[in-house]
This record gives sequence, C-alpha cells and structure tokens, in this order.
Amino acid sequence: MTNMTEVYRPIGGRLLTRHFYFLAVLVLIGAYFTLRRFIFGIGDVSNLSDGFPWGIWITYDVVSGTAIACGGYAMALLVYIFNRGQFHAMIRVALLASAFGYTLAGASILVDVGRYWQLYNVFLPQYMNLNSVMLEVALCVTLYTLVLWIEFSPAILEAMRAKRALRFVRHALFFFIGLGILLPTMHQSSLGSLLIIAGHKVHPLWQTPIIPLLFLITAIAMGYGIVVFESLYAAVNLGRRLETDLLSRIGAIIPWLLSVYLIIRLGELAISGDSVYLWQPGLEPWLFITEIALFLYAIWILFDAKKRQRPTQLFWSALAVVLAGTLYRFDAFLIAYNPGPGWHYFPAVGEMMITLAIIAFEVMAYLFFVKKTPILAADS
Amino acid sequence: MNTNRRDFLKVALAGAATALTTNTAQARPPKDLPPDAVGILYDATLCIGCKACEVGCKNANAMPTITDPALEQAKDVHAIWDASSDLDSRNLNKIKAFAQGTAAVKDREQDGYSFIKRACMHCVDPDCISACPVSALTKDPLTGIVGYNPDACIGCRYCQLACPFNIPKFEFDKPFPKIVKCEMCRHLQAQGEIPACCAACPTGASLFGRVSDLLQEGQRRLNLPPGTYQDYPLHRLDSGQQRSAEVRGYHPHLYGETETGGTQYLLLAGVPFENLGLPALGPESSAQLSETIQHTLYQGLAAPTLLLGGLVYTVYRRTEAERHADDVEERRHD
Repeated sequence: MTNMTEVYRPIGGRLLTRHFYFLAVLVLIGAYFTLRRFIFGIGDVSNLSDGFPWGIWITYDVVSGTAIACGGYAMALLVYIFNRGQFHAMIRVALLASAFGYTLAGASILVDVGRYWQLYNVFLPQYMNLNSVMLEVALCVTLYTLVLWIEFSPAILEAMRAKRALRFVRHALFFFIGLGILLPTMHQSSLGSLLIIAGHKVHPLWQTPIIPLLFLITAIAMGYGIVVFESLYAAVNLGRRLETDLLSRIGAIIPWLLSVYLIIRLGELAISGDSVYLWQPGLEPWLFITEIALFLYAIWILFDAKKRQRPTQLFWSALAVVLAGTLYRFDAFLIAYNPGPGWHYFPAVGEMMITLAIIAFEVMAYLFFVKKTPILAADS
Repeated sequence: MNTNRRDFLKVALAGAATALTTNTAQARPPKDLPPDAVGILYDATLCIGCKACEVGCKNANAMPTITDPALEQAKDVHAIWDASSDLDSRNLNKIKAFAQGTAAVKDREQDGYSFIKRACMHCVDPDCISACPVSALTKDPLTGIVGYNPDACIGCRYCQLACPFNIPKFEFDKPFPKIVKCEMCRHLQAQGEIPACCAACPTGASLFGRVSDLLQEGQRRLNLPPGTYQDYPLHRLDSGQQRSAEVRGYHPHLYGETETGGTQYLLLAGVPFENLGLPALGPESSAQLSETIQHTLYQGLAAPTLLLGGLVYTVYRRTEAERHADDVEERRHD
C-alpha cells in the first residue's frame, strides 16, 4: 500500500533565472495580442474564418492541452485503481501539471469564445442543451479543473501549515480522487465526439463513430507519456536524481494502451472500408502514416525492457507518444479538416503568440510551485 | 493482494454495467417536419441572376451594403453594387453563378452555366441546434424556422463546425460579435408577410410556401416536359400570380427532400448540385449519430453514476492509510 514515509519538499533555488525572464517576455507579448483581441475582435489577431471557426486555440490549448494534462488522471488510475502504491510519490507533480494544463485551457477558452461575457450561460439550466457534446465537455472540464485544484490543495495547505484544513481535505479527498477519474474519462472521450457532428468535413481517415474511444485511450497514453517526459526533463534541468527505474515501469504501460488503440483504429478502418482513403493522393495518408509511425516507434522502444531502462530511449519514446497523440488531434480537428473549397487556415502570428504565452505561463507557474511548495518527493 | 483483486473486480463490474446499460439505449429517431412548416423553393432554371433577392434581404434585415473601392474607382461610380462575393456575416443570402467550359447556354451541364441561391437550409433535423451548448439556436415548433438568440450564445462557433452547409457566420471583426444566419425573415412572417427574397423575386425563382406543398410542387416540376411552356407561380405558391416560362429541363433531383434528414429550403436546377457547390449528403443528419452516441453513454447519467460509485469506493479503500496517517501524526504531536 501507500508508502507514508514519503516526504515532499520545495526544491528551493533562485526563481528569477534568465530562463524565467525569457518566459516572462513571451507572456508579455501574448498579453499584448490578448488585449488586441478583446479591443478589436478575434479576427484582428487570428486567421480564424467561417470555414475554420476553430484554430490552434481550440486544437492545441484545449483539445491537445488537456490530453497532455492527463498525467494526473493517468497516475490516479495507476495508483488508486490498479493499486500501484510505489508510484504515489509522483502523483503530486503530475497533478500540478494537470491543474495548470486544465486551468490554462479554461483561460484560452475565454480568449476563443466570441461572447465570453455570457459564458456562464452553460451553467444555467434554462439554456443547457443536453444534446450538445459541447455542453458535456464544457461542464466536465470546468468541474474537473476545480477537482484538480482540490486534489492538489494538500501541497498548498502543507506549505501554508494549515493543519486543520489539511486534515479536513485529507478525509474528503477519496471522493474527489474518484470524481477526478470519472470526469476525464467522460470529457477526454467527448472531445473526440465533438467531431462526429461535423460529418463529411472531417477526413474519413479520422471520422468514425468510435472516435470517443480512440481519444480516451490516446489521452491516457499521453498522460503516462508526459509524466515520464516531464520527470526526465525536470530532473536534468533542475539537477535532480533520475528516477529511471520507476519511470520505465510507467513507460511499460504505454505500449499496451497504444497497441489496443492501433488495433481498434486500424480494425475500424478496415471494417468500415475507409482504408481506401490511405491510397488516395494528397497529404492526408502521409499525416496518418506519420501518426502511426510515431506510435509504433514508442511501442517498439517501450515493449523492450532493456531499451526502456535507458533514459534517452525512454525520453524520446515518451515524447513520441505525446507528439503522436497531439498530431492525431491536430489532423482530426485542423489539418485534415476540410469545410469545402476555398477555405484555408494557418495560424496568425498573434494567435500563435497567445498560445505560446499560455505555455510559457504554465512553465513559469510550474517552476514557481516546485521551487516554493512541497511538490516533488525529496531525494533520498 | 486478494482484497485488491476484489476491489478491481468491483470497478470492472461497474464498467461492465456501464457497457450493459449502453445496449438498452435506442438510436435517436429522425426528426419529423412540423406539419405547417414553411420554406422556400428555389428554381435555378427560373433565376436570371438579378440579385433583387439580395437587395430585398439586406433591406429587410438592416444589413450593410458591401462596396469594392477598387471596382468603384475603375468604373467611376459610387455605392451602386453590393460587391460581396459570398455568404458572410454581412450577407444572409447570396446568388452565385457557376460556369462550365464556354458557359454558352444557361442551365446546361456541358459548356453551360447556372445560378444558385445560397442561404440557411432550415434543416428538419439541424446539426447546428444539436451542437449548440446553450440552446441559442432553436427550431420553431410551428414554422420550423431555425432562429438565433444572441442572449444565449457564447460564441463558441460549434454551430459553424457542425453545419454541413457552412451557413452560420461569425463577426470575427467585431469586439462583441454575434452569429449571423438567415432566419427566413421571421420578423416579417410574424406580421403576415413573406420572406423578403421571395417578395423581391420577379421570376418566381424564389417561392415561399408550406414545405409539404413545395415538395409536391418540386416533384411536379421535375416531371414537366422540357421545351413546353408552363405557368409558374410568383412570390408564394398560393399567391394566384403566375408567369409563363419555358421548361428548360431539370437535373432529376429535388435537393433538400432527403439531404441530412430533409431541409425546408428546397432547390431545383438544370445541372447536378455538386457542380453548384452543394455537398452530397445522406438521408440522416450527423446530429442523429452524434446524439445516439452521446445519449447511449450518458442516458440519465446512469452509467457515469455507477462508475463513480465503483471508483469512489475503490479509492476509499485504497486511501485508508492516508486518511489515518495525519491522525497518528497529530496524536504524536499533541
């Protein structure tokens, strides 16, 4: 069971490094474009159009960003449902990244929706449309963001030495952990379901009635991928001990998930007959092949007990999982999305800067929290 | 370890129950056309491309005229033409021309050309309405008109993604934008008038009427012998006003009769509709599939509730040590 001797400590060190200032500049540039968006409208900073109403703000910040933020969800599944207590020490940092990922996805929704001042209408029963996949996503993501902060709150309360509150939270936490597993299961699949109604505009290599299942499996795989990637990356950059053994055991889960995913995805293409689109000219078959190749690369490395013990191999294969899942989402929502002749989309500078600023802010907040609050398990 | 397996089994059972409840859910049936639903029959073979409908539409809906400064300077005119080239947030209704080869003869597929009028199709089973999270788009239970309520809209633009015809448009250039689409002049219909485009059309190409009557009229026209002269009603099907015109020959398809579950805006033309930029759509709306999948998973929230129960119970068992840890710790400190 859970090892209760584990200790979390702020890692300390200077916060205002040169990297930190660089990130701050990115955030300021993004803030400038965000201001322009609210004064002059969405068209002033973006290349969004009536043909491509959704661009990188939705496809990256929300659809891919929350999948990349599935580390907390994936680790909770592992520790609490599959009872692998040895990974407990990694949950906190995974939750931190998840809480930021989801919170900033929420923030970018405020930038993306046109009538943001009425956004609370999704919570008003007289307006709710229970047929809408978007409603389910909106409610679920909002609720899960709250749940993530509750799950993460012990770290903050420990830093504040708020003993009474901490005890209270600890006793109620089991419910929020359970809810925190249910909600991503619901909305990560629904993020895929969003596309079903777009019908013929989504390329047949991506459009399928089982898209919710495919989005769910890849989101969980991306969750494990990002935990491994983040841990190795942070260890190197923050000068901490590599937890290769633990990470390789997390990495070992990924190829099973990806194999199930590939069997379902390729099987469905074969059964539905949509596999004929693989032999058609154009960019789409190549995008599809790139996704599959990245997934296969990760499977090949991570199924091999020797290879996945090596930090470099582990690092690149974990990154491949995250990239493959992100490309899958970009292809389905944007690159292979075709609203008809005459419509094209490539993100504008302002659009990209806003997204970059959100990522930069996420990294800054991560650095602040791991340096100032007890998030990372103390090196023994 | 045994207890762990048991706990895992319980979650698995909850999962199985989830899967089982899904089997009991039914596919969402197609939506029916309201009996008195109104619509427009557009006959491209009657259209002369005069764009009187566009002018009427803009006047009736207080939409701005779009000018082309370069063109106006070249021709030394001012504010004569409405120069927009497609539907957008300032154009609810658009006449477009499609040409093939030499474009010598109207309504002919080879070396011919045809007009087409584009506006909201007012689907019987609209994808946009299914998509909208806040019910900003609604279908009038009597007229079947798909209307927009800006007070509900959050501007997420999911309706744009959902619409197979790319009809809802968004004011990307405004700080406080709205969705813009044809609402079949419901404000005029409320006063007993007909949509401005049909009132303005001089040839009967845009014809207002009850959808059930328009469907009959459309089928009747498909059977008219080409080359003969026939009487075509003007403005509205039962206006009593008529005009005699030569039957130019129809492409044998009434577009909108079955497409995406049927539309209240019906189209006839002399050339195939794919050539006119209209998508080939099956008889079922995407909304039907989307809602079937969504309601299968979430019917009455039964499956998620069951799953939540299993999850919370399992986590409760697993965190026993954690819950008691700080009690022990505190007792030690006291």
